[in-house]
Amino acid sequence: MIKENLYAISALFDTPDSIMKAADNISTEYKRFDVNTPYPVHGMDDAMKLTPSRIGYFTISIGLFCMSFMLYFMYWSNSVDYPQVIGGKPFFAFPAYVPIMFEITILTGAVLSVAMMISVLFKFPNNAHPLHDSGYMKAVSSDKYGIYVEAKDSNFDYSKLEKQFKELGASSVSPIYYDEEEVDWKPNTWDPKFVIGTIGIAILTSFSVYMHMNKVLFMVPFDWMMNQERADYGETSEFFADGYSMRVAPVGTIARGFIPYQYDSPDSASKYMTNPTVASEHNLELGQRKFLTYCSPCHGNMAEGASRLKGNMPPGPDLRTEFYQNFTDGRFYHTITKGKGIMAGYESQITREERWAIINYIRTLQKAFGTPVVKTEEEIAENSETKTEASE
Amino acid sequence: MHTETKDYDNDLRIARPIVEGKRTLKQIDDAIIAPLDRLPNIKFWIAISFTLTLLMIGATALAFSFYYGTGLWGNNNPVGWALPIVNFVFWVGIGHAGTLISAILFLLRQRWRNGIARFAEAMTIFAVITALIFPIIHTGRPWVAAVYLLPYPNQHSLWVNFTSPLLWDVFAVSTYFTVSFVFWYVGLIPDFAVLRDRATGKIKKLLYSVFSLGWRFSNRHWKHYEMMYLILAGMATPLVLSVHTIVSFDFAVSILPGWHTTIFPPYFVAGAIFSGFAMVQNSLVIIRKIFDMEDLIPISTLELMNKIILLTGMMVGYAYTMEFFIAWYSGNQPETFAFVNRAFGPYAWAYWIMFSCNVFIPQLFWFKKVRRNLFLMFIIAVFVNVGMWFERFVITVTSLSRDFLPSSWAYYTPTITDFAILIGSFGLFFTLVLIFVRVLPAIAIAEIKAVTEQGQPSHTHLHIGNGKSNEAH
Repeated sequence: MIKENLYAISALFDTPDSIMKAADNISTEYKRFDVNTPYPVHGMDDAMKLTPSRIGYFTISIGLFCMSFMLYFMYWSNSVDYPQVIGGKPFFAFPAYVPIMFEITILTGAVLSVAMMISVLFKFPNNAHPLHDSGYMKAVSSDKYGIYVEAKDSNFDYSKLEKQFKELGASSVSPIYYDEEEVDWKPNTWDPKFVIGTIGIAILTSFSVYMHMNKVLFMVPFDWMMNQERADYGETSEFFADGYSMRVAPVGTIARGFIPYQYDSPDSASKYMTNPTVASEHNLELGQRKFLTYCSPCHGNMAEGASRLKGNMPPGPDLRTEFYQNFTDGRFYHTITKGKGIMAGYESQITREERWAIINYIRTLQKAFGTPVVKTEEEIAENSETKTEASE
Repeated sequence: MHTETKDYDNDLRIARPIVEGKRTLKQIDDAIIAPLDRLPNIKFWIAISFTLTLLMIGATALAFSFYYGTGLWGNNNPVGWALPIVNFVFWVGIGHAGTLISAILFLLRQRWRNGIARFAEAMTIFAVITALIFPIIHTGRPWVAAVYLLPYPNQHSLWVNFTSPLLWDVFAVSTYFTVSFVFWYVGLIPDFAVLRDRATGKIKKLLYSVFSLGWRFSNRHWKHYEMMYLILAGMATPLVLSVHTIVSFDFAVSILPGWHTTIFPPYFVAGAIFSGFAMVQNSLVIIRKIFDMEDLIPISTLELMNKIILLTGMMVGYAYTMEFFIAWYSGNQPETFAFVNRAFGPYAWAYWIMFSCNVFIPQLFWFKKVRRNLFLMFIIAVFVNVGMWFERFVITVTSLSRDFLPSSWAYYTPTITDFAILIGSFGLFFTLVLIFVRVLPAIAIAEIKAVTEQGQPSHTHLHIGNGKSNEAH
């Protein structure tokens, strides 16, 4: 029974010199052997005929790969997903990305290489190797230099190896057995303990995140940024005698840049006001923009009286008719300011300059389209026919 | 291979003191693991109660800061970057010595580093942990700090600003922490295996088995392990230089006079190594007293560290004077004003504390007697740490308190809460250091064994298979 579970034959040596000699000797004949030393012994790789470690290639490739990924991510987030100009730099500010690219190369190169070395090259964590807990292991972890040949090696012969080790100067030679159950044990994903543990951790995490985001952040003192001790509109105040938080400006105060409107009828406005602005290109552009914003919903984009409001409000009149061509600028101004009929006043929304610019723009529309004549396609076609007939 | 072995023999002269008393390999295990096996002595309890008191002071101050808001600190316009950022730069700098010892001196094959590398690496990790607290509390609402700092997909599709040095900092410092931690842990794996095989208690054995990952000291593993260690050292070296460079970009990329200088990156790195070595030396002097490790950390190692302190101190002194020269030579008026203001303005007291602690006092290390005197070297290193803290204070505060707009000038005074948090950061750092030395081997066992007198094979055997491996290359 014990013979069947033989894992290896091991030998302990007392000096680095003797283990070097042993490793060199054993490596010529056997493949499945290993040397265990409390610290790396220089030259042992050559004695064991091992190829040099190529882990560096992995480090550089994974580092460069992650660096490129990070560069792409920075490009994507700052130039595609949400482009913003910061400090006058271009969206893709390569020099400013270099420090982070460097750090990411180091970070991923180091961490992933170590993770790869431990999990792939060493196949760790593994605490169930036959060597563990053996006297051999305890000796090599402290002050002995050990070598063992596995029973699985094709040239394995216990007595021959024992003799060979003794000849090489081993201080002790011993067999290593293994416990089948322990070595062949594989973790079971559906182990109830593991499943319940995982679910438990998931529930705990969700619960704590929920509490943090929905309860804790709204508790004193974390909510102090939200609930500040200040007077808000419409609140009562114990500080002011009148009990209002909202303050009224002193009598006669005029806001900066504000000129009171002094006409109360369209006629007086028409009589006393003229357009102070010139219909320059800039002025007309301003007028167009404001007209499209404030006027066009009811009066139509070309002031043709085509409402976009789909019956929710009656359409405004066509401003290009002769009636409105005869309106003075002052009358228009008064109407925009104070409103007329169902139209509300725009005094608070459109500034004085903008009102005059809108009037200039309406005048341009009137000149461009004149008195509108609504024609169907047939009428246009008829018109062109009559014209060609006349020319003939 | 031949030259390497030769170096080895030469370096043994330096390495020998580490294993003074001609210990066998087994005795090295016993000596290094001793603090883990026995109950801590009275010196340990006195030390840890002191550091825990400091930590509690800081924790209380932080609790008050979170409850009442950051108005408890002295930060205000125009000095918004006050003590939190000063402390951050200071602590990140402390960490740099650890990586320098563990990575750069490893690449330079300075064998004396083996005795202190593990400890210095641990200090790096603790210093970075301490440093990371400060920018996070400086955001005012640390419980949502991650949202400001990390690029994560959100409903506004709003990303962090990858062109900002402050974000480079987030990446640099977190990379630094992660890579230092990995480097440290990789070094610890064989030592965990040693502890595992010595453990007597069931719980100890279980814990060490888990952390050792099942390490078997196999040479087929050592092969990759050594290569990985070399690669990690090779990557940590540019990393450590980049971290304080990027921290200095926080200042240098802005346009404030006194900050906007190209000398900042090398100057910050030199300063970081300077203060870091002073801190490692301070901690080692205390630790070797508390844990009776006088022969494991010999005075010759401390002497070599003092030499590096002297060297980097002069580099820092050069940077201080060069800054003044450039300020004058550039002919830039705000720049000139900023530097004259530093040395002779309202913060002149801080400037001259910095200058004398960093440049004048370390000059005492020219004397061998001072370098080898425990008490004196400890005092000088304390001065260096004070000076380096004031350097960051001077840079941050003087430039901000008097910028381009004289009407907004103001004098910044830290409050008692600021100081309490600073004290707490020292408490946190030294508490972690003490716990580390108590629960983990503070000296890399495998590395020490490799440099003992009989540790490596003699020359004749190294010729075995040599030709073949060269062909393989």
